[in-house]
Amino acid sequence: MIRFFLLQNRQGKTRLSKWYVPPPSNNNSNGSMSNSNNNEAEKARIEAEVHRLVTARDKKYTNFIEYNSYKLIYRRYAGLFFTIAVDMHDNELSYLETIHLFVELLDSFFSNVCELDIVFNFNKVYSILDEFMLAGEIEETSKREILDRVKLLEKME
Amino acid sequence: MSMKLRDLIRKVRACKTASEERAVIAKESAMIRTAIREEQEHYRHRNVAKLLFMHMLGYPTHFGQLECMKLTASPHFPEKRIGYLGMMLLLSEEADVLMLATNSLKNDLNSEIRFVAGLALCAIGNLATADMSRDLAPEVDKHLKSGTPYLRKKACLSMSRCLTKCPEMVEDFVERVVTLLKDKSHGVLITVVQLMTQILLIDAQTYEEEGYDDISETPCRIAFMRLVPVLVKLLRNLLSMGYSPEHDVGGISDPFLQVQILTVLRLLGTGNNEASEEMNDVLAQVATNTETSKNAGNAILYECVLTIMAVESEDSLRVLAINILGRFLLNRDNNIRYVALNTLAKCIVEQNNREDGGQDLANSAASALQRHRTTVVDCLKDPDVSIRQRALELIYHLVNQENVEDLTAELLNYLVLCPREHRADICTRVLRVVDRFSPGDRWRVDTLITMLTIAGRETTREVQSATIVYISRAAEDIQSYATHKLLKAIRDDDGTQLGLLNVGIWCIGEYGDLLLKSYTYTPPSSSGALMEVTDATNGDIPVTISFMGLEPSAVVRTVEDVTGR
Repeated sequence: MIRFFLLQNRQGKTRLSKWYVPPPSNNNSNGSMSNSNNNEAEKARIEAEVHRLVTARDKKYTNFIEYNSYKLIYRRYAGLFFTIAVDMHDNELSYLETIHLFVELLDSFFSNVCELDIVFNFNKVYSILDEFMLAGEIEETSKREILDRVKLLEKME
Repeated sequence: MSMKLRDLIRKVRACKTASEERAVIAKESAMIRTAIREEQEHYRHRNVAKLLFMHMLGYPTHFGQLECMKLTASPHFPEKRIGYLGMMLLLSEEADVLMLATNSLKNDLNSEIRFVAGLALCAIGNLATADMSRDLAPEVDKHLKSGTPYLRKKACLSMSRCLTKCPEMVEDFVERVVTLLKDKSHGVLITVVQLMTQILLIDAQTYEEEGYDDISETPCRIAFMRLVPVLVKLLRNLLSMGYSPEHDVGGISDPFLQVQILTVLRLLGTGNNEASEEMNDVLAQVATNTETSKNAGNAILYECVLTIMAVESEDSLRVLAINILGRFLLNRDNNIRYVALNTLAKCIVEQNNREDGGQDLANSAASALQRHRTTVVDCLKDPDVSIRQRALELIYHLVNQENVEDLTAELLNYLVLCPREHRADICTRVLRVVDRFSPGDRWRVDTLITMLTIAGRETTREVQSATIVYISRAAEDIQSYATHKLLKAIRDDDGTQLGLLNVGIWCIGEYGDLLLKSYTYTPPSSSGALMEVTDATNGDIPVTISFMGLEPSAVVRTVEDVTGR
């Protein structure tokens, strides 16, 4: 199961951040407001750490990093790092294919996607992601099917 | 006048400093807050979009949560859509306000417009809590039987999450899975197989907690066992399907679905002979026919190997699996080697733990592994640290009576290069290896002294005392050899290898009289790799090791020197 999906650029700016489970929190506090603040702080902290780990890796190294109770699977496309965090026993190679399929989806939708496309159309990128993955699992494997849906949704706006 | 989203993004990007950016965001934040307070409906959509952008940059946006909820109740589709997006990004399952959404979710689930129902299913799949799951499960269930595959697949995954939150509902949905497996759409197939996997995992957990006698007795497993032939047929169809442009990845039809089916077969076949037999053929087919040139093919092979090792498969299949892993080890791609090393280590541990099944089974797999020993040793010298770690793990498991000398030499070589933090652990492991497999006393003592010379500072007390115990138990011949060698070692050392000094000085104290006599030793010509580590000479030519007898004063001087440093 996927825990979170992260897209960051080389400087550490988050371009996309989708969490399928809440981040593991260190302290239990009451009240929803402080809880959500803790959550946000925890997410930001984890995202920063992931960025540090991923940018420090050489190209020759494997694309898998063990981080706390997750395994991070990352790949770099131009200036963006795509990172998926999965459970320890998951099949890493198939998640590499997942990342690649998502990049192909973005490429088809935006016609030669670049980072700016993602920045200015982040809500569309999220909707593509939601058609591709749900509840931390892959929802559809056919590129054509996903893109047709997303284009239909765009027409309804 | 309210800014458009694009303009806000452009403005933020134009900021040169962080404080400038903060100022822009703060100003916009204040405007949005005012708009919310004054309940301006007109720009709600745009304001929430801007809030989401600010959230992604890392700024606090919790004041927008209720706005998102209000938007989800809107009859206007674009507003609804951004409301749900906001909900999924700004809220987590722990937020209390999530409860307020249950009603609007219920309405949307029952909507005629399938995209609206789709949005609601998506939100449930990502956010549902236990209470919400219980409330909304019947509605989600209706969509499992929906006319459109679009909603069926979303319903499967949402149901998967609901069941994870409320395990007690599992039994009601087992029958649904059976019907859905006959679906034609790949999207539905992959989601229903995932639902099956999840149900099996939840079932296994409940079984543990409630203490069933036999896991195959749970109604869920009984129902799913009957599905094994269906799954096998699905997999076979995928393998023999011609080129299908929709699901093709690098020449392979729908590798994601193949991997998922293999996972569920693994869960069904573990511990169950009947099911394992039904899947034997198709596993062999996958293992032999899958293309290995692309990563997708390797992903499928990897999953196949994991499944073969976990179920009750035949010997020949297991050897096939190990050979696949051996091929992976020779691959130039680091990822594949990492995966192979990981799996091999798991396999060996399992082989060692298997008490049942004849010795032949364990031996054929173990001997297959030994054939790849040299490759594993090469991985020890790889620049990537995660591969080195994995290779190390594997080498510990591969050591046996025949190869102990060679492998220990490799371990000691690695010890020289490895980072300080890991050395203590490696020393303890080498000690255990030496304990179990030593071909002789002299080799044992030699190895331990060499290890102390390399990593004396990091060795634990356990290692040092073990060395002392071995020396004291050995014959006088060995004791003399050891003491001479230790004296030389501490003389050459610069004073940092504490462990070495401890052991050395103890030995000199105990066996100091042996130092006064000279000592010669000619190893037999087949002494092997350890000679290369200790002396820089060619290991083939038997080299005579000789130590001169020393005067007592020389010994005392050396010790004073050493302790003085």
